[in-house]
Formats: sequence, C-alpha cells, structure tokens
Amino acid sequence: MTDTLQLIASNLPFILKGSLVTLRLVFSALGLGFILGLFLAVGQVYAPKPFPRIISLYVWFFRGIPNLVLLFLFYFGLFPLLGLDFTPLMIAIIAFGLRSSAYQSQIFRGCIRSLGSGQMMAARSLGMTNIQAIKSIILPQALRIAIPGWSNEYPILLTDSAVSYAIGVMEILTRGSLTVSRTYQPMPIYLTCAVIFILLNYGGMKILHHVENRVRIPGFGNTEM
Amino acid sequence: MDLVFITDVVLPPLMAGLVVTLKLIACSVPFGLIAGILIATGRVYGNPLVSFACSAYVVIFKGTPLLMLLFLIYFGLPSVGITLEPFTAAVIGFIVCNGAYNSEYIRGAIQSVKSGQMVAALALGMTRREAILNVVLPQALRRAIPGISNEIIYLIKYSSLAYMLTCIELTGAGKIVASRYFRFTLVFLIVGIIYLILITIAGKILSLIEKKLEVPGLIR
Amino acid sequence: MDNREIILTVDDIHKKYGNTEVLRGISFEVRKGDTKVFIGSSGTGKSTLLRCINQLTIPDSGKIWLHDEEVTHSQKSINYFRQKIGMVFQNFNLFDHLSAVRNVEIALIKVRKMPKKEAREKAMEELRRVGLEPQANLYPAELSGGQAQRVSIARALAMEPDIMLFDEPTSALDPELTGEVLAVMKDLSKNGMTMLVVTHEMGFACSVANEIIFMEQGKILESGPPEQLVRNPRYDRTKQFLFKLGELYGDIGRSQ
Repeated sequence: MTDTLQLIASNLPFILKGSLVTLRLVFSALGLGFILGLFLAVGQVYAPKPFPRIISLYVWFFRGIPNLVLLFLFYFGLFPLLGLDFTPLMIAIIAFGLRSSAYQSQIFRGCIRSLGSGQMMAARSLGMTNIQAIKSIILPQALRIAIPGWSNEYPILLTDSAVSYAIGVMEILTRGSLTVSRTYQPMPIYLTCAVIFILLNYGGMKILHHVENRVRIPGFGNTEM
Repeated sequence: MDLVFITDVVLPPLMAGLVVTLKLIACSVPFGLIAGILIATGRVYGNPLVSFACSAYVVIFKGTPLLMLLFLIYFGLPSVGITLEPFTAAVIGFIVCNGAYNSEYIRGAIQSVKSGQMVAALALGMTRREAILNVVLPQALRRAIPGISNEIIYLIKYSSLAYMLTCIELTGAGKIVASRYFRFTLVFLIVGIIYLILITIAGKILSLIEKKLEVPGLIR
Repeated sequence: MDNREIILTVDDIHKKYGNTEVLRGISFEVRKGDTKVFIGSSGTGKSTLLRCINQLTIPDSGKIWLHDEEVTHSQKSINYFRQKIGMVFQNFNLFDHLSAVRNVEIALIKVRKMPKKEAREKAMEELRRVGLEPQANLYPAELSGGQAQRVSIARALAMEPDIMLFDEPTSALDPELTGEVLAVMKDLSKNGMTMLVVTHEMGFACSVANEIIFMEQGKILESGPPEQLVRNPRYDRTKQFLFKLGELYGDIGRSQ
C-alpha cells in the first residue's frame, strides 16, 4: 500500500502539470465557443437570407461529428493541408472551441428569441439602430440567461478534453498514460487521474455557480429554455 | 476528388468499421438504459446507503472522462486478474458511463410524476415495488425519452473512442485507410458524414418510438 | 339492539404533525351498511383520519380493527388490509398512463393476481356500474373530472372492499359534475356498501348518511343521525358550522 502511495506521490507533479494544460484547453475552448457562439446566434436570428441556413449547417456538423473524428480531421488532415503548423494543443482548442460554439449558439439563440421581439421594438422605437439594440438591450439579458448553460458546457468540455490524448496534447490523461507505460501500474495512476478530474469538475462548478449568483437579475431567468 | 477511389478503396473498410460501431451501440444502449433505471430508482427509492451509493456512482462517472474509464477497464483491470477484449472493455465502459447520464434524466422524470400516483397505487394494495414498476416507471420513462434519446446520440458519437482501445470500428477503419493512402482530410470528412447520417437516422427512429409510446395527457 | 356486524373499530387515534396535534383521540365504530359522513372545517384532521385507516398515514397512537383483525401495527400485511379498504381521493389519482379500463383492472391483475381475461371482464363490469362503459379506452386526460372520479370509484370497487373511504370526492370538481359522482355514491350506499365519506355536500349527507360526525380541532364534537344533527345540534360550534355551510351551498335541510 505504501509503495502505491509513494508511486502516486512521486508521479503526481508530472500528472498535475497536465491539469494546467487541461484547464487552459477547457477555458480557451469555452471562451472561443462563447464569442463565436454569440456571433452565430445573432447571425441566426437577425442576419439576412443565406446566413441562417449556413449557420444551421455549421451547427449540425459540429454537434454531430464525434470529438475524435474532428481532432483527427484537423490534426492529420485539414491543418497540414492548409499549411498551418499549429501545436496539438492549439488544434485541440480550435476543434473544441468550434464545437462548443455550435452548442452555445443554440442556447443563445433560444434566449435571444425568447426575449421577444418586444424588446427589440421598444429599443428601435427609442431610436436605436439594430446594432445598438442588440448590444445594449438584447445581449446583456441573453447572457444572464445563458450563463447557467455553461454549467453544462464546462463538465462536458472537461471530460472531452481527455480525448485530445489522441493527438498528443500533454494533458492529464496523456501524462497519466505515459506514467503507466513507465511504471506498469495502471490502476493507481488512472485512479489518481480520476480523482484529479473529479476535483477539477467540482471546483469549476463551484466557481460557475458563484459567477451565476453574482450576475443574477431578480425575477429573471424564468424565461427558461 | 476521385469517385472510384472513394467507392472502391475507402468505403469498403469503412463499412466494415461501421458494422463494428453498430455492434458496439447495439450492445451498449439497452444495458445503459437498464443501468440508468436501476441507479435512478436506487437513488430515489432506496435506503440511505443505496441512495448514497447511487449518487456517488453518478458523481464519479459523470465527472470523469469516458476515455479514462475505458483505459482503466482495458489497461487497469488485468492487474487484478480481469483481462478483457477491446470490444468488451469498450462496451462495459459505455454502459457504465451512459448509465450515469441516463439515471439523471430518469431521476428527474421520476420526481416529476405526481405523488398522488404512488399514493393511489399503495391504497389499492400494491407493494412499493409493484407501484414503482407499474405506475411510476411507465410514466417516468416516457417523460425521460427526450433525455435518453439525447444520450443515445452521444453514445453513437463516443463509440469512436473504442478505437483508442484498438477496437477497429468506423473511426479506426478511417484512420487506417487514411494513413495508408495519405488522404486524411477526405477520409475523415467521409467518416464524419457517415456519423452525421447515423445520428440523423437514429434521431428519426427515436422520434418515432416516442410517438408510438405517447399517451394523451402525459405532458412532459 | 343493532345486530349488524361491526366492520371497523377506531380506538383513540392520535396524530401530530410537527407541533400541531391533528387528531386528538378519535374513536368510533362502523357497522355493516353504515354510511357515515364526516364534516368540519379544513385542517380538522378528517382526511388524516381516513388515511390512518388504511395506514397511508401511521397514527402516533391508538388502534384500528377491520372486523377483528388489527390494522395498526400490521406492517407487512398492510397490503392485505388495503385490498379490503377502498379509497377514493379528492384528486382522483388515476394512473395517467393507463386507459380507464386498464386503471380499473391493474390492481386486480397485479395485487389479486387475477388472470387477464377475468380481470378485464370484472373491470368492464365495474365501469358499466358507474355508467362509463363507452369511455373504457379513454385516458385520464381525455375524461371530464366527473368521469375521472367515477373511474376511480370503479377502480376501488373492483377490489371488492369491505369498506369504502371517500376523501372529499367532489371538492375538486366543477359544480355541474358533482351530481354524477354523488349519484354513484348514493347508489352504492343504498345497495348496502359500508362507507365513510368526508365531504361538504350536506345534501348528500342528509339524504344518504345514517350518521353525521362533526369534527372540530381533532376531536369528534358531535355526532348523530342527519335529522337530529342538522335540526337540533347540541353545540353552538356545530350550529355555526352548519350555518356557514348553508350560506355557501344553499339550504342544507333539503335533501338532493
């Protein structure tokens, strides 16, 4: 037993470094997904004719394709094809970010629509342009409704991040596997990885709930999706 | 883009891989559903110990990556004497993970069934077990269909991870073909499209099932 | 001397919810064919009392006997007793996922272990009795309130109980629909069913009950045959309550 504990202790720093990579991956993807998702959502609701359709197609593609296939497509196929020499981590961030944007855009779209054309009409009647109305009236409200959706995206991105093992990103699982191939002790090492993931999950959710509570508007959020 | 290349060289191995994918799904979906029902019922109706164990199960298997679970099963278990084939290890991992996610939907659905239903069943002389089986679950499962359908779609996508255990399903077959002919973009685009078609069909089938099981007035 | 068989004996039932004592020593006897109506303001424990009888609520103290078997403290064999005690709820509590006839037959199949064909026949017969044979295949959501409640009565009757408990059966119904349910209950009573009914329907009580029991603050304040209780209540409180009821529901001296 003490051997196992020693084993874990000596390899923990190496594996834990992976959590920095994991978090970087998760939050970058979340952020990319957020900005792009917002943009796509606004486009889907307010843009002129061909764009909503194109965006729907984009959403369908990126929600339906398995993570692993997307990573392979980018890492082995698309990026080399385009001559882009990005690190595995960068490629993973872009892949997961695009995927998250597809999901988040749908959450935002639902919110923007449910806010009702009434808000838009009121803003326009006061003399605001479309863009001003969207920026100052629609978006701030939509965001507050959408933040709970992140409580969903975060754990998903966290657990999906492990798939980037397949293209060599040095996150938690990859480092764990390397340790295993060195020490031939899969059970303790993978269990340690599991604990790290659970803690990151728990910690991240706590932070998100905190943020949620901070930005809450009283009486709002019952326009639930 | 060489059409003959696609049809004669790429598609056949992909189709073989697709068969394995379908087998993986066929084995995992029913048991994942059963696992979900058992965990959810244990959590809602079980004694404190059982309920806690079920909650712990959900926290653990929703909070850890599926890939890690697969590695644990395939690479870890041999050290305690259980050696499994890639396919079996993958299926077990899928069932355990899918069960955790399913149980959350089912639990929510069970809790949304009016308490009067249980009371009426007990008043008629049913045991709790009979009441759960005949009155609560039939309603809860219908309400959980959208969530369960969602999870089945996820399962179809995550089946690709079986390749990481050297199980040659669709994604694995794609990687092999792509590597041999250096046509990565093309092959993986095709693989992606096949998955998209799969989940579209699955979605339609699940919609039909939902319609068939519909009972007037059982609003979600 | 009343020679009729004693079906139910309730002895000194007490029940507390938190700090509120809802039942403070309720005792009475029910003989075969009795129809007893419980009246009183809300929160006086009438529904709780009914639920104690079939142990859906466990009383803090006191005993209940069905015939001469003790119902309280019966734990494992409570289902045996529940088959003999029928209950009709204010909110019907029909099984939403089953059609009317399936609602009636399910307990026969699962609890009585009747073969399906026999259960179906019995279920249809009970539905016929309450006048709902044409609606057999409709689902609860497709039935009117009065129809739903009649199905739930049929469901309870199918088990051939020794006694039927009605917990404010018409309170959740639109006024036009209460008539059809009360008619079924009247029929039942006339045909000799032993019934305990919690209700505000004084018209029903006066025309059908052989005893009205007025409960106040967890105790039985007064009880007696309708003519006596309504015309000549002994306590002021009873008088007050009946007067209030009369204001809400119209002249109660007249039977429906």
